[in-house]
Amino acid sequence: MSTEIADAFARAKARGEGALVAYAMAGDPDLPRSVEVFCAMAEGGADILEVGVPFSDHISDGPVIQGASERALKSGTTLLRVLDEVVPAVRARFPQVPLVVMTYLNVVMALGEERYAKLARERGVSGTILPDLPPDESDELRAIFDAAGMNLVPLCAPTSPPARAEMIASQARGFTYAVSVMGVTGMRTELPASLSERLELLRKVSPVPVVAGFGIATAEQARVVGAHADGVVVGSAIVRAAHTDGPAAARQVCEEIKRGLKR
Amino acid sequence: MDTQTAPGRFGRFGGRYVPDTLVSALLELEEAYAEARKDATFEEQVAQVLREFVGRETPLTPARRLTEKWGGAEVWLKREDLAHTGAHKINNTIGQVLLARRMGKKRIIAETGAGQHGVATATACALFGMPCEVYMGALDVERQALNVFRMKALGATVRPVESGSRTLKDAMNEAIRTWVSQVTDTHYVIGSAAGPHPYPTLVRDFQSVIGKEVRTQSLVAFGRLPDALIACIGGGSNAMGLFHPFVEEKDVRMVGVEAGGHGLDSGEHGASLTLGKEGVLHGTRSLVLQDEHGQIQEAHSISAGLDYPGVGPELAHLAKQGRLEVRTATDDEALAAFYEVCRTEGILPALETSHAFARAAELARELGKGKHLVINCSGRGDKDVATIAARGIPAATGQEKE
Repeated sequence: MSTEIADAFARAKARGEGALVAYAMAGDPDLPRSVEVFCAMAEGGADILEVGVPFSDHISDGPVIQGASERALKSGTTLLRVLDEVVPAVRARFPQVPLVVMTYLNVVMALGEERYAKLARERGVSGTILPDLPPDESDELRAIFDAAGMNLVPLCAPTSPPARAEMIASQARGFTYAVSVMGVTGMRTELPASLSERLELLRKVSPVPVVAGFGIATAEQARVVGAHADGVVVGSAIVRAAHTDGPAAARQVCEEIKRGLKR
Repeated sequence: MDTQTAPGRFGRFGGRYVPDTLVSALLELEEAYAEARKDATFEEQVAQVLREFVGRETPLTPARRLTEKWGGAEVWLKREDLAHTGAHKINNTIGQVLLARRMGKKRIIAETGAGQHGVATATACALFGMPCEVYMGALDVERQALNVFRMKALGATVRPVESGSRTLKDAMNEAIRTWVSQVTDTHYVIGSAAGPHPYPTLVRDFQSVIGKEVRTQSLVAFGRLPDALIACIGGGSNAMGLFHPFVEEKDVRMVGVEAGGHGLDSGEHGASLTLGKEGVLHGTRSLVLQDEHGQIQEAHSISAGLDYPGVGPELAHLAKQGRLEVRTATDDEALAAFYEVCRTEGILPALETSHAFARAAELARELGKGKHLVINCSGRGDKDVATIAARGIPAATGQEKE
C-alpha cells in the first residue's frame, strides 16, 4: 500500500498542525486552469489534495460542487483526462503532496475498476473516495484497490451508530473521512455539537488518521473540529473562491484554514 | 426461479449504493418492512384501503374490438387506469405511507416524473394526514401542469428541480439529497421498482397486487393463466407488479416495452434494458444509459414516466436471463397506439401505457388465435392530453368502425 498519505499526516503532526485535505473540481473551469487551482492550494498549505472528478448525478453534493461539476463536464473533463492532464502536472510541481480522487462509483466502473486502480496509481494518485459506495458494498472494490496499492478511503456518517462506525474505520485505508453533518457537501454556519464526541470515538478505533469534512469553511470551524481530529476537509469554500476569484483566492482559503489548524 | 439471489440482489444487479448517511435509514426500512410482512393486520390494513379507497380490484376487461382488429390472441386489459388517481402508482404509495406511519415517520418526500407517482403520494398523505413534499424536474413541471395542480390541491408542496436535464433523474437526485439531511424523521416514497435496497423489493411487492389479481381473474375469465403479459417499462413498477406473480410460470411469456423515443439510432430514447450498460445510478446497480466515460445520459420519451435512463435491477436481471423479452416503441408508435385504443376500445390510455399497446398488436398475432394476452393498462391519459393535442388530432379515418 502506498504510504504518501500516512507521510503527509505525519509531517503535519510533526509541525504541530492538523492536516488540511483540500478539495477542488478538476476541469473547473477547464483542465489547465484547474491545475493552477490545485497548485495554489498546495502553496496555501494543503497537506493532501482531493481531486474532484465530475459526474452527471452528484447525489452527495450541494449546489456549489454541483455547479463546479456541470462546468467541468462542459469543459470536456473525463476521468482519463484528469489522470493524464491534471494529476501528473500537479504531482510534478508538488511531489510531496498526495492526491486523492473523489468521484462517484459509476465513473470508475465505466473506466473499469482494475484499469482505474492501475492507471491512477501510475499517474500518482494515492487514494480514492466514492461517496456512493458505502462499506457494505465495498469489499470487491477494496480488494482490487488493495492489490494495486490504491487506498479506498471510507466515509462515516453521523447516522452510523458506534458499532457501524467501528466497522467502517476498521476497513479504512489512507484515512477515515468522518462526515460532520447530516446532508450534502457545502458550507454551514453551525456544526453539530455531537461531532467532537463522534470524532474522538472514531480516533480510538481507526487504524489510520481521522478527518472531518462537509460544512467546514472557516478557520474557526477548522480550529474547533481540528482539536478532535487529525485534519479537516474543506471543499465548497475553496471551489467557490476559485470559481469567483481564481487560484489566488483558493490559496487564501487554504492559508486561512491552515491558521485554524495550528495547535 | 429465485429472482432474488441475496438480500437486495438480483444476480449482479441491485444493492445499496448510497451515501453512508442513508444506510441506517435503509436498514431501518428493511427491518420495519420485514416485521410488517409478518403482521397479518398490516396486510389487511393495506388490503382494506386498496378495496375501500382505491377501488380494487380493478377489472380485467376483454378488448373485443382490438382482438378482432389485430386478428390474433384474445386481448385482455388489466385496468389500472381505473384505480383511484388514474394509475397503478397508488398501490405502492398506500403501502409505503402506511409503513412510514408504522415506523413513526413524521413527513413524506417523493420524486415524480409524469406526476402520477407524485399525485398518488400526495393522495396517500392527504388520506393519512401527513405532510408531503414532491420533487419534480422543472421540465416535467411544465409539461405535466394538470398533475402539478392536483398535487398542490391535495396539499403537497411541489419543488421544481432545475439541475441537470430537469427531468425525473434530477428530481430523484434532489429527493435523495434532501433525504440525506432529514433522514431521521422523513420517509422517502420511491415510486419505481428501482433505487437502493429495499425499494426495488418493496415497490414490487406493493405493486404485485396487479399480477395476483390477474392470476385469479384469468382463471375465472378463461379458465387458465394467460399465454403472455405485456407492460411498458420506465423504472419498471407497473411491469414488475404484473410480472412478479408469474415469474415462475415458464409458460407465461413476459414482454416489456421501453421508450424508443425518436428511434434507437437517434440516441434519444429511454431504452436502458435494450441499450444500457451496467452501472450504478440512484443507489442501485442496473443497466443504465451512459456515455463511455460513465456520465449518465439524458433519456428521451414523449411520455414523462418513461423518460428515465435507468431501470429496476430485477428487470435487468430478468432481461439478462432471457426470462423477460424486451422490445421498444417510438414516440410516434405510442401516439398511433394511443388513438387506436381511444377509438377502438373507448379507453384513453396514458402515453406510457400506449407504448405497451404499440407492441401488443404484433405480439397478439405472434401468439395467434386461441391464446390469451394481458396488457397492463397502467394509467389513464388525461394528464397527457396537452402533449398529445399539441401534435394535432388526426381525423377519424372510419377504419375504426366495424
